[in-house]
Amino acid sequence: MTITLDMAQTDLRTVNTTLQAAAKGQANEAYIIENPRGSHAMACGLDGALDVTVKGSTGYYTAGMNKDATVTVEGSAGPGVAENMMSGVVTIQGDASQYAGATGHGGLLNIRGNASSRCGISMKGIDIVVHGSIGHMCAFMAQKGNLVVLGDAGDALGDSLYEARLFVRGSVKSLGADCIEKEMRDEHLTLLAELLEKAGADAKPEEFKRYGSARKLYNFNIDHADEY
Amino acid sequence: MDKTPQTLPRQSWTFSNEVNSEIRRAAATGIYDIRGGGAKRRVPHFDDLLFLGASMSRYPLEGYREKCDTSVVLGTRFAKKPIELKIPITIAGMSFGALSGQAKEALGRGATMAGTSTTTGDGGMTEEERGHSEKLVYQYLPSRYGMNPDDLRRADAIEVVVGQGAKPGGGGMLLGQKITERVAGMRDLPQGIDQRSACRHPDWTGPDDLEIKILELREITNWEKPIYIKIGGARPYYDTALAVKAGADVVVLDGMQGGTAATQDVFIEHVGQPTLACIRPAVQALQDLGMHREVQLVVSGGIRGGADVAKALALGADAVAIGTAALVALGDNDPKWEAEYQKLGSTTGAYDDWHEGRDPAGITTQDPELSKRLDPIAAGRRLRNYLNVMTLECQTIARACGHNHVHNLEPEDLCALTMEAAAMAQVPLAGTNWYPGKPGF
Repeated sequence: MTITLDMAQTDLRTVNTTLQAAAKGQANEAYIIENPRGSHAMACGLDGALDVTVKGSTGYYTAGMNKDATVTVEGSAGPGVAENMMSGVVTIQGDASQYAGATGHGGLLNIRGNASSRCGISMKGIDIVVHGSIGHMCAFMAQKGNLVVLGDAGDALGDSLYEARLFVRGSVKSLGADCIEKEMRDEHLTLLAELLEKAGADAKPEEFKRYGSARKLYNFNIDHADEY
Repeated sequence: MDKTPQTLPRQSWTFSNEVNSEIRRAAATGIYDIRGGGAKRRVPHFDDLLFLGASMSRYPLEGYREKCDTSVVLGTRFAKKPIELKIPITIAGMSFGALSGQAKEALGRGATMAGTSTTTGDGGMTEEERGHSEKLVYQYLPSRYGMNPDDLRRADAIEVVVGQGAKPGGGGMLLGQKITERVAGMRDLPQGIDQRSACRHPDWTGPDDLEIKILELREITNWEKPIYIKIGGARPYYDTALAVKAGADVVVLDGMQGGTAATQDVFIEHVGQPTLACIRPAVQALQDLGMHREVQLVVSGGIRGGADVAKALALGADAVAIGTAALVALGDNDPKWEAEYQKLGSTTGAYDDWHEGRDPAGITTQDPELSKRLDPIAAGRRLRNYLNVMTLECQTIARACGHNHVHNLEPEDLCALTMEAAAMAQVPLAGTNWYPGKPGF
């Protein structure tokens, strides 16, 4: 059953309460949100299987802390989309603003357009696929998970990162402190193929380069002080 | 043989033995000194204030007969479920990681028995802590270690940490010795690394963004939980005003004597303002916005006894939080471990290498053998006793000043012993009707 909520007539609190209750009730329903008009905190805190399609662009923190639900934005998303996401799938048909997928623990954030700066900041296990390009300082202090970029990356990619894996098909303007290019082994090609397939991305794993932590900043060493 | 009189060897005040020892340590290691705790330097503090008491112009209340209420409700502005506490003293945020599981459990037990709340820290919520804390405040920190919506929902309040008195502008630090398998797992980090938490939140940058972040937190938790904003003692007037603007239910204000698990000594001692200097500007900001008592103010940083509690409340706080004092009540820096402190190059009362994870008292450690030394049940009882004593002391002072609720204490009950304290607390220098900066003088 598909249910439509029109934000021209329904306020944010009612929309979120309805979606959260449906997700928690494991109703497995489908919801369409019309006239989102850039609302903040849309479809956040969902905890259960639910399919939500937003017909338009959204503001900050769309699908924040998502668990299990599938949220699709048929437009662009403001800052912090899918922040601290735990599981499920969040798809942005347009572009994503700053801090997309920040601190995400799991699930897939699929951005069909470009992502701005700090995409994947402090990511903790989430998979992020960006079909376009990403801005500066992406994957800053990224801890775990995978960031796949079909286009180019901006300045200081992967600055101070931990164990997250970064795959970029295009150019990288510059790498951040302690981030280096790494060998693409078979296991990485397999992983990348799976991620590209899940995200419906038209690209071959062999076209990408892999970046990761040099692990030189894991324990303080005065000889590396200039890196900070 | 003539003996020429000699002057005594004179030590430099500027280059004291302590200063020189730090120069030698820096020269030998090439790294700044890291330690736990708060500012150790002498700064104007609650000791520099006195209560006037009652006499002809004020009637006191009978100490053992007449009621003096101590309850406080935090989060009345927006939250559907404000936190009701029996006493105006809460336990400040301290992380599992910095502290042992036993120490976190003891804090929860002690706070619960005394009718107050305790707070998580950088590193997420543990079962021990949730289980033993009737009222638990969940810190929302820049690192977001262990952050998840389930813990957010099972918290009783959410504290968005913007700053900390020991290091306003600095992030957390937990060195490799304490990143055990469990701590690393909770934080999604490799074991044994030196973990440096971010100093800014990853997905908002200013009060306008924070307002939207708070909207999201409220939407996720059904507008039930009080949202606190914790700030370090940097620019208390503006920081408090902006916290109110961003939608806080409660502002937690932590002065420079407030402790930390670990950071650079230079940061602890040279950044931020004393607690005493922070309270009046914060209260002024709340009053200017018509929000005093509507948005509650919790003050922390160097609260040690009931007199400190009473003084903070008299200056306009709604409650206080204790961290270091709570650890001392559990058993931190206890003289019974003196021989072991000596082995670590320290002494009782001065031990602050909490980041090394070798705490003889078993509190600031992840070492299983050391942690076992702390009995969480007995330590929880000690904390309860201490909280009860502080409350009784605060009531004693409030009754002596003629108040039937500790919140009725007011600046007019106070005088200052020093010019500095008079200026900071904006209460008259003892024996005068004047303080520096008083309008009209």
